[in-house]
Amino acid sequence: MIGSNERPLTKNIDPSRGALDMDGYERAGGYLGAKKISSGMDSSSMLGMVKDSGLKGRGGAGFPTGLKWSFVPQGPDSEVQKYLVVNADEMEPGTFKDRMLMEGDPHLLIEGMIIAAFAIQASKAFIFLRGEYFESERCLVKAISEARDKGYLGDNIFGSDFSFDIVMHTSAGRYICGEETALLNALEGKRANPRAKPPFPQVSGLWGKPTIVNNVETICNLPGIMANGIEWYQSIGSGGDFGTKIFGLSGRVKNPGCWELPLGVTIREVIEEYGGGMQEGYSLKAFLPGGGSTDFLTPEHLDTELTYDAIGKLGSRLATGTMILLDDKTCPVGMIGNLMKFFSHESCGFCTPCRDGLPWVDSIFEDFERGGGTHKDLAILHDHVEYMGPGKTFCALAPGATAPLGSGLKLFKDEFEAHIKNRACPYKH
Amino acid sequence: MNREVIVSSGKIARELSEAEVKEIEHELTLYPDKKAVGLEALKIVQRHNGWVSDESMLAISKYLDIALSELEGVATFFNLIYRRPVGKNVILFCDSVSCWIMGCEKIRKEINDHLGIDYGETTEDGEYTLIPVPCLGDCDKAPVMLVGEKMHRNLTADSIKSLSSSGKAQNKSGE
Amino acid sequence: MAKVTIDGVIYELNPENNLLQECLSQGLDVPYFCWHPCMGSVGACRQCAVKQYRDENDTKGTIVMACMTPVSDGAILSVDDEQTKAFRAGVIESLMTSHPHDCPVCEEGGECHLQDMTQMSGHNYRRHDKKKVTHHNQYLGPFISHEMNRCITCYRCVRYYDDYAGGTDLSAQASHHHTYFGRFEEGTLENEFSGNLVEVCPTGVFTDKTFSENYTRKWDLQVAPSVCVGCSVGCNITPGERYGTLRRVVNRYNDEINGYFICDRGRFGAHYVNSESRIRGAKDASGLSIAVGDAEAKLGVVMQEENVIGIGSPRASNEANFALRSRVGAENFYSGHSDDEHAALEIIISALRDEAFHCPSIREIENADAVLLLGIDVTNVASRVALALRQSVRNLSKNLAQESRIPVWQDSAVRELAQDQLSPLAIFSVGATRLDDVATFKVNLAPDELLKAAVQLDSVISGESVDGSHADIGPTPKCLNQISEALLGASNPLIVCGTSAGVEMLRVATNIGHSIRAQRDVAVDLALLPTEGNSVGHALMVREGNTLGEAFERIAKNSIKSALILENDLYNRAPSAKVIAAFESLENRIVIDHIETKTTQASTLLLPSTAFSEHEATFVNYEGRAQLSFQVNDCGTSAKAAWRWLLDEESHSPDSVISKCSEDISDFSKLTECLPKAGSLVAGMKVPRQSHRYSGRTAMSAKANVHEGKQAVDKDSVMSFSMEGVYPQKDASILASPWAPSWTSNQSISKFQSEVNGALKQGQSGVHLLSRCNKGFKYKVEVPEKTIQGLQIFPAQHIFGSEELSGHAPPIQERMTDAYAAISPKTASEIGVDAGDFVRFRGSEICVEVSIRVLVPDAVVLVYPGNRAAGVHFNFRDIGRSQILERVETAPEKIASTRLGLSQLLVNDLFGERG
Ligand SMILES: Cc1cc2nc3c(=O)[nH]c(=O)nc-3n(C[C@H](O)[C@H](O)[C@H](O)COP(=O)(O)O)c2cc1C
Ligand code: SF4
Ligand code: FES
Repeated sequence: MIGSNERPLTKNIDPSRGALDMDGYERAGGYLGAKKISSGMDSSSMLGMVKDSGLKGRGGAGFPTGLKWSFVPQGPDSEVQKYLVVNADEMEPGTFKDRMLMEGDPHLLIEGMIIAAFAIQASKAFIFLRGEYFESERCLVKAISEARDKGYLGDNIFGSDFSFDIVMHTSAGRYICGEETALLNALEGKRANPRAKPPFPQVSGLWGKPTIVNNVETICNLPGIMANGIEWYQSIGSGGDFGTKIFGLSGRVKNPGCWELPLGVTIREVIEEYGGGMQEGYSLKAFLPGGGSTDFLTPEHLDTELTYDAIGKLGSRLATGTMILLDDKTCPVGMIGNLMKFFSHESCGFCTPCRDGLPWVDSIFEDFERGGGTHKDLAILHDHVEYMGPGKTFCALAPGATAPLGSGLKLFKDEFEAHIKNRACPYKH
Repeated sequence: MNREVIVSSGKIARELSEAEVKEIEHELTLYPDKKAVGLEALKIVQRHNGWVSDESMLAISKYLDIALSELEGVATFFNLIYRRPVGKNVILFCDSVSCWIMGCEKIRKEINDHLGIDYGETTEDGEYTLIPVPCLGDCDKAPVMLVGEKMHRNLTADSIKSLSSSGKAQNKSGE
Repeated sequence: MAKVTIDGVIYELNPENNLLQECLSQGLDVPYFCWHPCMGSVGACRQCAVKQYRDENDTKGTIVMACMTPVSDGAILSVDDEQTKAFRAGVIESLMTSHPHDCPVCEEGGECHLQDMTQMSGHNYRRHDKKKVTHHNQYLGPFISHEMNRCITCYRCVRYYDDYAGGTDLSAQASHHHTYFGRFEEGTLENEFSGNLVEVCPTGVFTDKTFSENYTRKWDLQVAPSVCVGCSVGCNITPGERYGTLRRVVNRYNDEINGYFICDRGRFGAHYVNSESRIRGAKDASGLSIAVGDAEAKLGVVMQEENVIGIGSPRASNEANFALRSRVGAENFYSGHSDDEHAALEIIISALRDEAFHCPSIREIENADAVLLLGIDVTNVASRVALALRQSVRNLSKNLAQESRIPVWQDSAVRELAQDQLSPLAIFSVGATRLDDVATFKVNLAPDELLKAAVQLDSVISGESVDGSHADIGPTPKCLNQISEALLGASNPLIVCGTSAGVEMLRVATNIGHSIRAQRDVAVDLALLPTEGNSVGHALMVREGNTLGEAFERIAKNSIKSALILENDLYNRAPSAKVIAAFESLENRIVIDHIETKTTQASTLLLPSTAFSEHEATFVNYEGRAQLSFQVNDCGTSAKAAWRWLLDEESHSPDSVISKCSEDISDFSKLTECLPKAGSLVAGMKVPRQSHRYSGRTAMSAKANVHEGKQAVDKDSVMSFSMEGVYPQKDASILASPWAPSWTSNQSISKFQSEVNGALKQGQSGVHLLSRCNKGFKYKVEVPEKTIQGLQIFPAQHIFGSEELSGHAPPIQERMTDAYAAISPKTASEIGVDAGDFVRFRGSEICVEVSIRVLVPDAVVLVYPGNRAAGVHFNFRDIGRSQILERVETAPEKIASTRLGLSQLLVNDLFGERG
């Protein structure tokens, strides 16, 4: 594996001690990337570098970061006020990567934010942190104040004529806030229904001003790119994807956790080498490769490389890269039902298929759980995969729910049938 | 215009405490308009009082000049704003997929048995309220829960027992 | 225009619009819920799905929401595509999962947008067998019922109520499938346009409570096109009647006037028709009922005298006023307005003839991009104008959107982009107004100071130097400059004033109009608003000098023994002492009216007339636009249209009175153009007032008599009191209630529009009577010297009950308030009173409750004369322009308050916060 030893995102993270403070971070080579601002690099070349690096967003959709930034109007006629927003709402079931970065190395995120803000010329940024992440909040607040004390945030940072500051915003618990436009409404103090696109936030975002929303992990990639250059960055990874990615494992694996690995590592490697394989007495039945809104894959896919393309070709998505493993002793119908309850509850209530479709799906799963599922119900579930699919709802929440639902219905046909036939969940003893 | 909010039930705004006002004022410096601070103010008031009463709603509405019904729309949208009294410690119990696979239902049962409460309920001594929460982002240490601001990981029946004895709460009295 | 192929047919569509709107304009049946023709798109309901194909080779296509998709040239679409149809049926199936099975008892049934779309989408079998979500309903006041279980979560209610109408007490709450639309807690919906929720809601969540009380199916209502007489706007409405009572009023689309919305005075105030205080028979001097023949004979005797004078009425129709004028002679026909109102109307009428100005329709008011409001609380005087002004301030955001290439129909995106930036609206007022929340400039002063400030503004606009001596009180020179710049820099500046602002302020308003006109090439929009339904029509009939004061003079000089008073309570028009003196010297006081007033009580002969829904008539609105209103039903008593008491009934019909009026009075020469166009009837057949769906007609009176009664015959009009006849195809003025196959709800209106939001295909109704032929001049304005003693008095206006009729409507009674004197906290402490105390106007018997409001200017009293129908009302003209208030220990008996006291004032908060 190329560049397999590089750990730019987690090199400073050591669970045996707390996160590095400003001094420690700088001693470890921190803020070198951001300091390019004062060494004469202008915003468009910084943006160009990110574009050329091939960095893709780590929030789920995998959209090229530099390309996204390039839609922000620049130049003398553009809006003066622009905003950067870091999406730290991490709430997708089975996803636990951003928490590790924020609590493990908060200065990395701040440095990345300075780079991103300078590239798009945003003078103000918000970190949109999920309300339950109290520890992350404490770590970030401390780091921000260290950076402010040091003059890395505030007016004329690093002695340049660029001024930039960060506001810490903690949310109040709603998965939909992770959707970037719903997030903007939440920041504005409104109900967090998503917004129509177009217009995209890059043009009219927070308070109608040009705004970039990026995931924590995406931003954490920037210091490395700036400090070490594109060539170095592109030497990591394979299969058309560059850099490292945090991959995670949860479920009945021996050693659950998350690890920074180059894009392109195989699924098997992650599960077997890092996760230590399945726990005694359990075998792998299927897994969701990138969090709760991705399609199920099965052991036959274990040798696939973890890249956006490769996973996409299998009909699923790399998304957050945190895998949820389903073992042979856990009921797949129950697992999907659990996800459906989540999506149903977290629907914002704006558009019909999601708001009224998911609760129906959820109650069907409840019936299955109680042994009351019927073939008619099964047909309704199939209809809903189509009905709530991409393009039909207002945002991507409901289509996210159809991923495990649709793939699960196909994959676990027998299990569904068994529920109907036995009038009970066969996994319950 | 700082208008007096008038409601038909005759409830009136309570006085915001100095500490609450100070925190709200600080938030006002961070956002370009008052509306954006509405949710912040709800959180601040909740931090000080445990929950957001009608009287607190009226107070925030008046202080920030946000229409009461609009503020209610925001308050009721978010999972973590409590419009009804909760116990001293809110247990946010993760019931999402990884914790479910790892047996969180058993732990929930454990809580039912030991504290005598299920989702949405508060112990009679007002110590604990149990609320389900989506994935807490600690899936490698499932099952997990958040009690107050503290994460409890790799939950077992024992961790629940220690919880009930470390708090002053006992089981629902009379049971 | 863009060429778009839809299901193989090529259409030319407007690229500025979205696909849904354009499909509807083309008459295609695309179902929808959340989109509304004048609220744009948000894409919430997903009902309007259509298939879009990349090119001819694309056979799969993608489903898109028509309302969120711009029209683009060369697009290939399908509405009929099977997959899309299945999706649309799925949306209905979803919406129905928790919808109750209560169509048979639901007020919406039969005119339900949801029923229509359900049928159109082809969902007809319920598969959902799980538990439904249920909600708690709220008490929302006397107008609107709340049945949340019927909600389909289209978000239209809050988008209308909050975003469009500026309401603040209704919101979307909770989330996912528990989303709830309601108030923070139970209580009256405060907004003055709440009634439109009934029509905006596509199902039966918000229904008309007054209608439910005596519920009738839509199809069992007898309806006719009518015009609201609640104020001078003249909104088009459709009243519905059954068993002789008015059951409800709904909006009737008119693209130039009310569009889709009317105000709550119009919708609920019309119930005065059913009021207990209706006059149902003729009465003699002692108040005893007499037969119609006897009444006619008595009238005939009196009319043989010479010099019987007639006093007309701004709330009576043109025909009634004209008949009176004909009967007594133009020289003996006097204004029914107070003298200052009459003077104000002379200014208004001359402005309507002045080529410097254009009097904007409501639609045109919405297009204003800078507005100056002078001395008038529009929401409470001519509400529909206020709703239009609320849209006008959004023009800036629409411009910004266009610059950013965001289509203006992208509703939330446009709001997001503009944030709180609004087009300039400058409000000069005494105290708060209900548009203050969208005002850019607010000048709040005592009446005399306000007048001075307005005069100064005129000087600034015309570039004259400003006398700065009042700068310490009035607006700063900077503020005046900014307002001036906003008005002069605008492409559609608008000045709004009204009779309630006073004669001098009206003069300043026209002066400012002239000053702006002098600096541009086109006429200036000037909207001068009287307070009543036919103020302009009535004033146009009065000969110069024939004021009410003059009539009283003549009576006092004893040359007059008899007067005929038409639908008017003179105790609102002149000080009581003058009215009493006149009445005392008159031997015969013949009053024609349909509602009891102090004046009818003083009559020696009382002749019952019909209310607006019981006769055919024309009215002239603030623009000088005459409109025809049809009779809805027979009143069932001996009351008759006022003109029938005055002219020879046999030889006249409503149409012939209209013709005669247009022959006799040159200003009314175009009045006949209001009448249905000859040839618009199909094969000469009448137009039915009862729909083809009318049921149960034969059983209507079966409990009394099994023989079906003969249908009443309408000899006079083109309409019939039955189901028989044919709807006209070419005349909008006869279009009462829209209906089209598959479209039983009011959304069917798109089938009648030339395009969405456009004129009706059946043509325009109404006609502008006056032409602009005069070169206007600037008035000399008298700014009163500050010598007046005591507090300055200014009348407070209330949407509910300020005019003579709406207060008699039972639902409106629930929203009315007692008399009060509103003063500032400073004034209150100076005279030593608290809120709730009673005060007397020195030298009078009038006692009123004190209300303390921070936004009332110091040394000013805003006075409201109380609840007329409840009998706790005083004559505003009995207190002068300035008065001294004295605290009274206990309120005198006769001022005993109504059940509600001032409680409704708190809800309907007019003057800012409580003290
Ligand atoms: C329902 C929903 C929830 C989402 N939650 C998150 C989240 O918690 N964190 C996140 O970074 N992105 C989340 N996203 C994706 C964001 O909308 C957005 O694409 C992302 O923040 C962009 O960042 P990136 O370009 O750096 O990937 C969510 C999307 C949807 C539809
Ligand atoms: S799919 Fe629709 S209802 Fe669901 S979260 Fe998105 S906008 Fe809200
Ligand atoms: S009308 Fe298009 S989504 Fe509702």
